[in-house]
Amino acid sequence: MRKRHIALILYFFLLLLPIYWLLNMSLKTNREIVSTLTLFPQNLTFANFAVIFTDPSWYNGYINSLSYVAINVVLSLLVALPAAYAFSRYRFIGDKHMFFWLLTNRMAPPAVFLLPFFQLYSTIGLLDTYWAVALAHMLFNVPLAVWILEGFMSGVPREIDEMAFMDGYSLPKFFLRIFVPLIRSGIGVTAFFCFMFSWVELLMARTLTSVEAKPIAATMTRTVSAAGMDWGVLAAAGVLTIVPGALVIYFVRNYIAKGFALGRV
Amino acid sequence: MQLSLQGIGKTVGGEMHLANISADLASGLNVVLGPTGSGKTSLLRLIAGLDRPTTGKLQLDGCDITALGVSRRNVAMVYQQFVNYPSFTVYDNIASPLRQGTNHDAKEIDRRVREAAALLHIEPMLDRLPSQLSGGQQQRTAIARAIVKDADLLLLDEPLVNLDYKLREELRAEMRSLFTQRKTIVVYATTEPSEALLLGGSTMVLDQGRVLQFGPTLQTYHHPMSMRVGTIFSDPSMNLLEARIAAAQLHLSDDLAFTLPAHMANLPAGEYRIGVRATHVSLASDGKDAIPALADVELAEISGSETFLHLRHGPLNFIAQVEGVHPFDLGAQVTVYLNRARLYAFDSGGKLVGAPAIRDSHEGSGHGTH
Repeated sequence: MRKRHIALILYFFLLLLPIYWLLNMSLKTNREIVSTLTLFPQNLTFANFAVIFTDPSWYNGYINSLSYVAINVVLSLLVALPAAYAFSRYRFIGDKHMFFWLLTNRMAPPAVFLLPFFQLYSTIGLLDTYWAVALAHMLFNVPLAVWILEGFMSGVPREIDEMAFMDGYSLPKFFLRIFVPLIRSGIGVTAFFCFMFSWVELLMARTLTSVEAKPIAATMTRTVSAAGMDWGVLAAAGVLTIVPGALVIYFVRNYIAKGFALGRV
Repeated sequence: MQLSLQGIGKTVGGEMHLANISADLASGLNVVLGPTGSGKTSLLRLIAGLDRPTTGKLQLDGCDITALGVSRRNVAMVYQQFVNYPSFTVYDNIASPLRQGTNHDAKEIDRRVREAAALLHIEPMLDRLPSQLSGGQQQRTAIARAIVKDADLLLLDEPLVNLDYKLREELRAEMRSLFTQRKTIVVYATTEPSEALLLGGSTMVLDQGRVLQFGPTLQTYHHPMSMRVGTIFSDPSMNLLEARIAAAQLHLSDDLAFTLPAHMANLPAGEYRIGVRATHVSLASDGKDAIPALADVELAEISGSETFLHLRHGPLNFIAQVEGVHPFDLGAQVTVYLNRARLYAFDSGGKLVGAPAIRDSHEGSGHGTH
């Protein structure tokens, strides 16, 4: 027992070290960061965070990121729910091939799709909008969402559907009133994965935007060169970038365990 | 009300599930009796409109409903698994068919839900979720939801099979009264002969996707048209013994021969298969028709409050169903009595050629209540 505890503590120490160091930096002044090695901030300061919450070029990055992520998650779910239902409940010609083909979309690196998206969006004037990034991310998120949701939906007995139709429910009404509540943990897990992909994806988000919809990750990389080495502010931005992900994980952690048990996540 | 099946056939991926089923089902209880895989569920799904038949037509009171979808057929179904809406309370589950489609005011719905709940004895559970109920209560909820609708067609697919013995007996006893007063056409699929006998009504014997016999339940029980019907409609299976008729004597084996009973008197000499139900092999003589035979006990199974004796007499193997729990030593010799008046004679093709007259209607249901 003792040995296992030591191993666990060591493991968590290694896991948390970079995050602690980021938090540590964000609460120090630039001078302290570059001059000495300190385990705790000697002059505790919230000035770095204040910069981010007051400077529009910083906080707009968060607003932009959260906007396109939200659009992406909602749209992905709206598209994937009916698709997954069809895959789980109906047999049609080529259904298995199509299901597999959906997944192959995720096999290519995002960079492959960069050029076509960029050219297409610039032609139709979609470049540098939330929709540009949200739609581009859907190419990766919808297949994953369909895949995960199909697993959860197949776990609901088909008899429930049949019974509802016998009771006189129409398909849309059955879907919203009965079916969606039954797979809400699946929807939670799916939303989490869509969120995570869209939130951390940098390449597409940076290339398809310039000013109006610039994501926070892009803001961070550009600030490095523009404002010199503002370590403290950068660390504060990093801390704030972790927060939404941590919040989402906190709310869906139980569902994810369930998803693992079902074997689709 | 009358539902007529006209040459219904169902083939899935080249595999025949149902073939040329024709029958007229009337209001009241219609039992579909058949072994596992005989096509009971396929038939029920076709009647419900969940699947379409490959061939044939369905008519309800003369209207063709073959192409009507499940939501337009006014049908209710109880599945073998306990299927309820997991996220609805018992009350909402039962009320669900009334709230959809039809226009009932809240008061009327409430009255009918409580009435159905009272019939199934689940009134105290109305506010609970299905997952908080026992299996028996879940199935009661499913049945309540099915009867509350007063549908034209009420289909029950082995509703009691997943319940434990006690609960099954309890619900089974209530079933008959639940369904008989209604105008609904009730179709009840089961594998158990005793269930068919208890429910009464009509029985359709189904085997390998074909209807072997369809008629009033007792009639079917007492006059199985073929050996296969006799086997399916008896539990334990009807004993089938090779026999020979010669000189007005029935020879079951070299040392077991007796005068033909009255109902076989007209049969010509030849080879036959004699069917005798396990209940008609007893340990005590019950009158002049009892034919004694010395037999070895090969196995004694105790089922509920009865004992099934697997017996051997020379080349003959048969089962006796005896009331009460009796200890028997394996290999022990016992004298058993075959009731000569209750024997069935089948010809070499398995067709019924001699059957005992129906003595009294209690006999069949008496068998069923064990």
